[in-house]
Amino acid sequence: MHDPSVLWYIFLGRFEWDSLPFVEAWRHPTTSEIIAACASGIVIIGALVVFAGITYFRKWRYLWTEWFTSLDHKKIGVMYIIFAVIMMARALIEAALMRLQQAIAINNPGILAPDHFAQLFTTHGTIMIFFVAMPLLIGLINVAMPLQIGARDVAFPFLNSMSLWMTVGGGCLMMVSLVVGKFSTGGWSGYPPFTELRFNGGVGPDYWIWALTISSLGNMATGINFAVTIYKLRAPGMMWMRMPLFTWTAFCTAILIIFAMPPLTVATLLLAADRYLGMHFFTNALGGNMMNFVNLFWLFGHPEVYILILPAFGVYSEVVAAYSSKALYGYTSLVLATAAIAILSFTVWLHHFFTMGQSAGINSFFGVATMLIGIPTGVKIYDWIWTMFWGEVRFTAPMLFSIAFMITFTIGGATGIMLAFPPLDYMVHNTLFLVAHFHNMLIPGLLFGMFAGFQYWFPKLFGFRLEEKWGRISVFFWVVGFYLAFLPLYVMGASGAARRTAEFFNPAFRPWTIIAMLGALAIFAGFGCLFLQVWSSIRNRYALLVPAGDPWDARTLEWSIPCPAPEYNFSVIPQVSHRDDFYWRKVNGSAYKPADHYRDIEMPKNSGVGPIMGIATGICFFGLVWHIWLYAAVFFFVATGAGISRSFMRDLHKIIPAAEVEAEHRRWLAQAAAARPVRRQLELTPANEGLAACQG
Amino acid sequence: MSGVSEPELRHVGLTLEGVPPLKRAQVESDVFGFWAFLMSDALIFALLFAIYATMIGRYAGGPTPGQEFKFHSAFWETALLLTSSFTYGGVSIALKHDAKRRWIVLFTAITFCLGAYFVRMECHEFTTMFHDGATPEDSGYLSSFFVLVAMHGFHVTCGLIWMLLMGAQMAIHGIDQRVKVNFVRLGLFWHFLDIVWVCIFTIVYLHGLQR
Repeated sequence: MHDPSVLWYIFLGRFEWDSLPFVEAWRHPTTSEIIAACASGIVIIGALVVFAGITYFRKWRYLWTEWFTSLDHKKIGVMYIIFAVIMMARALIEAALMRLQQAIAINNPGILAPDHFAQLFTTHGTIMIFFVAMPLLIGLINVAMPLQIGARDVAFPFLNSMSLWMTVGGGCLMMVSLVVGKFSTGGWSGYPPFTELRFNGGVGPDYWIWALTISSLGNMATGINFAVTIYKLRAPGMMWMRMPLFTWTAFCTAILIIFAMPPLTVATLLLAADRYLGMHFFTNALGGNMMNFVNLFWLFGHPEVYILILPAFGVYSEVVAAYSSKALYGYTSLVLATAAIAILSFTVWLHHFFTMGQSAGINSFFGVATMLIGIPTGVKIYDWIWTMFWGEVRFTAPMLFSIAFMITFTIGGATGIMLAFPPLDYMVHNTLFLVAHFHNMLIPGLLFGMFAGFQYWFPKLFGFRLEEKWGRISVFFWVVGFYLAFLPLYVMGASGAARRTAEFFNPAFRPWTIIAMLGALAIFAGFGCLFLQVWSSIRNRYALLVPAGDPWDARTLEWSIPCPAPEYNFSVIPQVSHRDDFYWRKVNGSAYKPADHYRDIEMPKNSGVGPIMGIATGICFFGLVWHIWLYAAVFFFVATGAGISRSFMRDLHKIIPAAEVEAEHRRWLAQAAAARPVRRQLELTPANEGLAACQG
Repeated sequence: MSGVSEPELRHVGLTLEGVPPLKRAQVESDVFGFWAFLMSDALIFALLFAIYATMIGRYAGGPTPGQEFKFHSAFWETALLLTSSFTYGGVSIALKHDAKRRWIVLFTAITFCLGAYFVRMECHEFTTMFHDGATPEDSGYLSSFFVLVAMHGFHVTCGLIWMLLMGAQMAIHGIDQRVKVNFVRLGLFWHFLDIVWVCIFTIVYLHGLQR
C-alpha cells in the first residue's frame, strides 16, 4: 500500500501502480498476468492506431460532422452496430480464452489464474448482453423501424444520439477496466453478498455497477424513444395491424425496455449505496437481504431475454417473407404471439433461482408460466415454416441464418422446457447445461437474427448489396461452431460440471472441452468471415449497386425508397392502405410514381451535445469507480450542463426546400424507370439494379 | 399528396391555435414521451416501496420508526407539497388560457417557495435523525427508508432546479412553444411527485408511526 498523500488521492483516488497490469506482469510474470498485460496492450495500441489513423487521414472533422454529431436515425443505427462489433471482438476473444483454459486445465491449473478466469466470464457476459446484444438490436431497430412505418426519424432524435453515446461511454468504461484495475469477478449477474465491500473491496464490482448503470440509462431513453415513435409517428393509414412484424417486435421490445430497465437501475444503485455509503440492502449483517437483489436483478433479467430475442423474431419474419416471396403466414397469430411473449416475460423471473428457497407452490407457478412461453414461440416457428411452404425460397445468407435459427432455436427451446421443470432444475442448475441452454437461445435467437437483418437491410443504408459468398461461409462456420462449442456443454452439464469452473478434475471431460474449444475457434472464423464479406463487398461495390431501392422484391415501405435512403427517408410521407403496402402498390402498378405535391421538409440539425454528455458521464462514472470525486463532480456538471444548455437552444432544425426534394425524387424515379427489372432467381447477380420484376 | 389525414390531438393541455399541424403533432409526442418517462420513474419508486416493505422490521437492534418519525413534520410536509401542486395548477390554467407571463411567473414562484420549504423541512428531519443516531448505516430498514424518501426529495430538488431554468428560459425566449411544452411536462412531473409523496406519507409515515 502507498501512503496516499492528499494530492494523490484528489487526482488519482485509490489508483496504485499495482493497478496497471503491466506492473503486475513485471512483478509476477505468470502466464495469467502476461495475458492480462497483453490484453491491456492491445486496448492501448488499438486506441492509438485508431487515433493516429484518423489524424493521419485527416478524418476527424468528417467523422465529427457527418457521424458523431449526426441525429439521423440511420447513421446512429450504424454507429450502434459498429460499436457492438468492436465489443463483440473482445468478448469473443475472451470466450476463446475460456474454452482454451478449460481444454487445458484438467487436473492442472492451466494458463489462467482463477481470479483472472472469473474476470473473463464476468466481462464476457456483461459485454455480450449490454454492449453487444443491446447495441446490435437497438442499432438495427434504429436503422429499419422508422423506414418501415413511413417516418422521417424517431420521435426524439437528440435523445437517440444521447443514448448512443451513453452506451459508448459504458463501453469505454469496460475497455478502460482492462488497462487500469481489475473487473468484477462476480459474474454478469453480480450477486451480493459476494460483490459487497466486505468480500470484494476492489474496483471490480464498481466497474460493473457503473458500466451497467450508464448503459441502462441509455437503453431506458431508447425504449421511450422507440415506443413514442411507433405510437405517434406512423404514416397515415398505417394502422396497428398493418405494421410490419419487425416494427411490432420493436414495439414490444421498447415497452419491455421501459418496464425492465428500472429494476436493473434500482439493483445496481442500491448495491452502490451499500458499497459507497455503507448501507445494508444486500449485506449479510444488520438486516440486509440479498434475495432482494436477486429478485430485482431477474425482474430485469428475464424480460431482458425477450428484449434480446423479439427483434430477431421480427427480422426472421421480414427475411423469411421476402426471400420466400409470400405474405407472412399467420400475421395475426405472430402479432399475438409477440404480445403474449412480452406479457408472459414478466411472470417467469423466479425460474432463475428455483433453488433459492421458495416453497414448492411458488416454484410450480413459475415453472408452469415458463413452459407457457413455449406455446407462442412454437406458434412463431410454425408460422415461419408455413411462410416458406410453396414459396419461391432463395437460400441467401440471411435466409440460411433464419433456417439455422429455426432448427437450433427449437433444440434450445426443448432444453428450456426441461429447465423450467423445477425438480430437473435442481439437478442441473449452475452447471454447464444452463450455459449451453442460454447460448443455444441467444446465438440463434439474437446474433443470427442481427446478422440476417444487417445483411438484409445493408443495401438500404449503403446503396449496394453484400456479396453472398462470404456470407454463406460465415453461416456455415457460425452454425458448425455453435454446435461444436455448445452441445458438449450439455453433456458436461448433465454430468455435473459446474459453470464458471477454472479447473476440472474429471479426465472424462477432456474430449468435450477440446471439441468445445474447436467450436469456439469455428465461431471466431464465422465472425471473421462477416468482416471479409463487408470488405469484399466494398471492393466490388460498383457491381453490387441497387439504386432503384428494392433488391429483394420485398414487401414493406422501406423498400419503396432509394438505396441508399435519403436523409429525410421519404420525399413525401406515404399514405398506407394495406398491410405490405409497397408490395400491393407494385402489383397494382402504383409504385414509383411522383407525388402531386412536395413540401419543405424540416430535419434536425446535428448536435455535439449527445457525444459530450455520453463521454462526460463515462468519465464521471470512472471517477466514481476510482473514488476520484473531483472528476466525478466536474464531469457530472459537464454532462448535466450540456443537457441543460441544449434546452436553451432554439435553432435546432434545418429546412430542405420542396424543390430540392422534388428534383431528387424525380431523378431517382427516372433512374428506376431506366433500370432493368430483375427476376427473383437472378437477384444475387450483377443484373440486380434494385428493381424487381413483377412476378405476381 | 392528397388525403393525408391530420393527426387528432387530445389532452395536450395547451392552446395551440395558429400552430401548424406538424408542429402540433410534435408537441403531442413531446408530452406523450414524458408520460412514458414518468411511467418508468413510477416503476423505480414502486420497486423502492417494495424493497422498503420487505425491510420493515429489519431494525437490527437500531432505532424503530415509532421512535424516529414525527407526525407533525410529516403532516406539514404533506400540506406544503399538496398546496404546491394546487398552485402549479395556476400555471397550467394561465398557459391554457392566455399565457400571460406575470401569472405564470407568480404561480411558478409560489410553487417554488413551497417546494423549497418542503425540501428544507425534509433536510431538517434527516439531520435530526442523524443527530439522534438513526443513520442509513444502522440497519437495512433505515437504509431503505432513507433511500426511498431521499429519492423523492432528490426528484423534488430536480423539479425546483427545473423551475429556475424555466424562469431563465422565459427571460430569454419569452413564452414560445418549447417553453410551453416544458411547463406542461414540469406540471406532470410535479403532480407525479405529489402522488408519490402521498404514498410515502401513508406507507412510510402513518404506518411507521404505529410501530
